Amino acid sequence: MSILPLIILLLAMCATGYWYGSKKALSAPLPVRYLSSGNPHQFGLFVVVWGVLPPAMLFILWLVFSFLPIDADGSIAQQIDKVVFPALIMLGAAAGLYMAIREINPKLRVRKSLERCVYAALLLASTLSVFTTVGIVLSLLFETIQFFEKVPYSEFFLALDWSPQTAMRADQVGSSGSFGAVPLFTGTMLITFIAMIVAVPLGLMSAIYMTEYASRRFRATVKPILEILAGIPTVVYGFFAALTVGVFFRDVGTAIGLDVVTESALAAGVVMGMMIIPFISSLSDDVIMAVPQNLRDASYGLGATKSETVLKVIIPAALPGIVGAILLAMSRAIGETMIVVMAAGFAANLTANPLEAVTTVTVQIVGLLVGDQEFDSAKTLAAFALALTLFVITLCLNVIALLVVRKYREKYD
Amino acid sequence: MLAKDMNTVYNDTKSIISAKDVSVFYGEKRALKSVSLDIPENQITALIGPSGCGKSTFLRCLNRMNDTIENCRVEGNITVDGQDIYAPHVDEVLLRARVGMVFQKANPFPKSIYDNVAYAPRIHGLAKNKDELDDIVLASLEKAGLLDEVKDLLNESGTGLSGGQQQRLCIARALAVQPDIILMDEPCSALDPIATAKVEELIEELRKNYTIIIVTHSMQQAARISQKTAFFHLGEIVEIGETEQLFTSPNDKRTQGYITGRFG
Repeated sequence: MSILPLIILLLAMCATGYWYGSKKALSAPLPVRYLSSGNPHQFGLFVVVWGVLPPAMLFILWLVFSFLPIDADGSIAQQIDKVVFPALIMLGAAAGLYMAIREINPKLRVRKSLERCVYAALLLASTLSVFTTVGIVLSLLFETIQFFEKVPYSEFFLALDWSPQTAMRADQVGSSGSFGAVPLFTGTMLITFIAMIVAVPLGLMSAIYMTEYASRRFRATVKPILEILAGIPTVVYGFFAALTVGVFFRDVGTAIGLDVVTESALAAGVVMGMMIIPFISSLSDDVIMAVPQNLRDASYGLGATKSETVLKVIIPAALPGIVGAILLAMSRAIGETMIVVMAAGFAANLTANPLEAVTTVTVQIVGLLVGDQEFDSAKTLAAFALALTLFVITLCLNVIALLVVRKYREKYD
Repeated sequence: MLAKDMNTVYNDTKSIISAKDVSVFYGEKRALKSVSLDIPENQITALIGPSGCGKSTFLRCLNRMNDTIENCRVEGNITVDGQDIYAPHVDEVLLRARVGMVFQKANPFPKSIYDNVAYAPRIHGLAKNKDELDDIVLASLEKAGLLDEVKDLLNESGTGLSGGQQQRLCIARALAVQPDIILMDEPCSALDPIATAKVEELIEELRKNYTIIIVTHSMQQAARISQKTAFFHLGEIVEIGETEQLFTSPNDKRTQGYITGRFG
């Protein structure tokens, strides 16, 4: 029996259970029903929960077992898969439904039981994302450990040269590769820095304009348009950076006698800044809106102008949120891939000159994993080491953001 | 009609603010209907009336705080010291420095007590150096009767004070701009009786040097501290009179109904 009919059958059983359960609850004499601790619909749901829970448990158990390395004969395994398991599930569901229906009586605290189910479901949903994070970190971690068995820590973190070419066969001509990640991280920092220089002032000022100066009608029309920026796929930004902005900067550079390459850090950084403007402006906008009106009134009432009020009252009061917004946008910029792949290129130059080509950690990860590769070569594993380092950096940023927010919140509440 | 008659009686004291036929619109809604009122100098004028009767709206016209509300339109004529404050050349920012305001909910900035009081002197450049600024801050706190309580806490956050202290801090902050007129919008409505008594004492003390206009929901408070009272109802002034006279023998039925607690 395959999974779809099984689910349909289960649903049908639950529906019947619901109908029967609510009917049984209704059949109690009226005065008793008044005293009962739930309405018929809740009794029905109670039955359904008991119909669904045992099969769900069994299903999870079965999943766990199927992952365990049990040496079983293929035909037996198939037998279990096709016959025993569905039968078990049906049996579980039927038993659950039967027990629940038998339990129904006006004294049953059905609302409290349902509340516990809601609690469990919510708890499950929230822990699931935590487990996913843990899973991601672990998967990165094991590959990274493998990588560092092949390449020493000192080389990865301190060497200034990045050319991850390894020979695929023993007799092949080729270097053993050098895995100094420093140029990648400086490149990432350079581009992120340029992006923040573009995005922070523009984003913040647009948020201030939208909240403090713009009329309600203007705000209602322009703000959604601004937020469209956030919905543009990053690939499109990549086009824009590579084909328009990069070329434009090169032409301007040539015109004023500067040597600007087309794939410059400047072009990638500026376009990335454009991309994160909506993050900063929209998050700051919310924070600024949340500053109590009576602080504004107090400032105006003392004869302050709008800009004085913004500068001396609103920004300080909203600062924790603004800092949080900026750091969030920064992690976003650090992890951004597509724009830099298209606009900044693969050349791992160690430079602070924004007019030259640089590369970033994310670009190199793409480069390392694209194409045919053995999965245990240092080249491929380097991608995991890079990813883990990047993850640690953004994690630190987020932690700092949290700390800053918390510290200032104490001060400004 | 009646309002005009009452006004003539009080012309012996010089009026510092004079409002004539003031109407206020929020969008299409008319919140204030042709209100006329003269405010005598160095006296406390109380504005009383049920919620939504326009008394706060009127108060906010006097320092053009209504300008900060979108869709709000003010008609009519208001003069402060004979100058039309809605004339095109008037700088509403300077006006608000002359006509200070204290709000219903104490709203100290989330800064230190010192910075709260120094806020307005700083933006208006009232002090040439740190010493002068110190003088202004200490004098303002002194006038607001708060200095003794906070002189060791000047660098603590203003939001850490008790409700009554916060409100007096807001008054000190308003005094630091050296205004002539102080508008108070239900300054005691969020305070307990003891804090209220302190603030009232302070208001009476301030009367010597300032003209005070206070909106209040408490008729006892109006009776206790004000010299002149105006009763607002549904966006109009029903009655203006000397406080004692208005509370003991009101001319209008509605006034009587309100002060005896029959409605409002």
